[in-house]
Amino acid sequence: MEVKEKNIMAPDLSVEVAGVKLKNPVIPASGCFGYGYGMTEYYDIDILGSISFKGTTLHPRFGNPLPRAAECTSGMINSVGLQNPGIDAVIAEELPRMREAFHGPIIANISGFSVDEYRECCRRITGEKQVEIIELNVSCPNVHGGGMSFGTCPASVAEVVKAVKEVSDLPLVVKLSPNVTDIVEIARAAEDAGADGLCLINTLLGMRIDLRTRKPVVANVMGGFSGQAVFPVAVRMVYQVSQACKIPVIGCGGVSTAEDVLEMMMAGAKAVEVGTANLLSPWACRDIIEALPAAMQKYNISSLSELGK
Amino acid sequence: MPRSNDTKYVVVDNRWIGKNTMMMVVEGPTDEFSAPGQFINIAVPGFTLRRPISVCDIEGDSLTIVYDVVGHGTEALSKMTPGQVLDILPALGNGFDMSKCGERPVLLGGGVGCPPIYSLAKNMIAADILPTVVLGFNSDDRMIMIEQFENLDIPFYVATVDGSYGSKGFVTDVIREENLNPDYFYACGPLPMLRALCNGLDIPGQVSLEARMACGFGVCMCCSLETKNGPKRICKDGPVFEKENLIWK
Repeated sequence: MEVKEKNIMAPDLSVEVAGVKLKNPVIPASGCFGYGYGMTEYYDIDILGSISFKGTTLHPRFGNPLPRAAECTSGMINSVGLQNPGIDAVIAEELPRMREAFHGPIIANISGFSVDEYRECCRRITGEKQVEIIELNVSCPNVHGGGMSFGTCPASVAEVVKAVKEVSDLPLVVKLSPNVTDIVEIARAAEDAGADGLCLINTLLGMRIDLRTRKPVVANVMGGFSGQAVFPVAVRMVYQVSQACKIPVIGCGGVSTAEDVLEMMMAGAKAVEVGTANLLSPWACRDIIEALPAAMQKYNISSLSELGK
Repeated sequence: MPRSNDTKYVVVDNRWIGKNTMMMVVEGPTDEFSAPGQFINIAVPGFTLRRPISVCDIEGDSLTIVYDVVGHGTEALSKMTPGQVLDILPALGNGFDMSKCGERPVLLGGGVGCPPIYSLAKNMIAADILPTVVLGFNSDDRMIMIEQFENLDIPFYVATVDGSYGSKGFVTDVIREENLNPDYFYACGPLPMLRALCNGLDIPGQVSLEARMACGFGVCMCCSLETKNGPKRICKDGPVFEKENLIWK
């Protein structure tokens, strides 16, 4: 019996983002996977395309008061508030443990409250083994007077991008906030300032109220809304930005299945970050990666890199 | 070895055991549990976030939890019937460390904090440790699991705030009035009770804390706690913490 070679060949899951090759497009999103090594209890995280580590600032931060999470229909709100041990502790303690568990390219998610803070964090992380992409969080909606103001203003985004490009030769991906009137305007500002890629979307600003207490569910009143409910918003914004910009886009927002990955890539994404799904099932990214070949076959896709822009 | 991804548990019983409290028994893998005081995280059909609930008892492959019906999630859980299947992440958190129990450990449970104390008491008895148990409730109509604790056949006391059953007052009053003279304590209950114990008892101990969680396995940072050893995750580094490491504001 003749077996067609096409059917026995493994589909090609590899992709390339901002010059960095990934064996598959699945990346746990920052804040939903810690520094990765904790997840080895559940599976071998070396199967992942990359990992975007927990948002890191110059100084340690405890973050917001509790409660920090709220249930939503097909989603959740979080107001963690950028809890992290600070860039030096990340380099000294977290990265070495991360490298033991994960041997692929690492995305360093960096946040800051001033241009100087972004610049200094990026300077310190540059040159760290395996850190191949910097992802600038200019959109975390949780911190008063913090990242939000950068991500909602084209000039501020441009200023941060230029400052970081001065101190780091790593590919720079800017993670955009959806809480803006015109995301294309912000995306273009980042591209024009020299960004090598974009990641979108971060969480949507949301709020829940407890009917019994008549008070907001999360202590910080408002928080970032994420999960399956935001997926259509993310696909739309990824599509708009991919159409308008030349630099690659990483799609993020509500991705929970292999089919979501394909849809996000058809919208223009070169790779995909998975966030909230990791919190609901620790195996979410592994399950998505394992389901990708069959989903690709179902939709007649032989190579993921043929998708996207 | 990585954890099993067999997270399917079959409901075998789910019934009211108090005014606002239900007991559920599910059957499924229990081999990953390592200490009393660990919890499970239940995906309730129709809800996004899992519901973390501490384990009350494990017998073979049957696992018992006790939960207050307080919101939409636990209300939905209360309507589960035998035969239905739940997606449950088992064996989360550290649990109680029985090795530090001293000569005269006292186990203190308050309200819906009593179930993990039951599990701890059973495990201690199995390890030839004789604990004294003191439970506290607001009133007799909120009491749960009295008969189960009585059947353990160990020194056992109950206090109610309004005096409608047992001693009138708090678990701390019982310790003093009955001259229990413990040299170590384990506690689970409402925060004011835990604070009173940590500040009022002049002995070392461990308390089990709770918090609104998202993941339950240590990656989202939604249940962080500032301790004397820096920030800790209640879900992963806890839920049990040594009194010495806690900061009471």
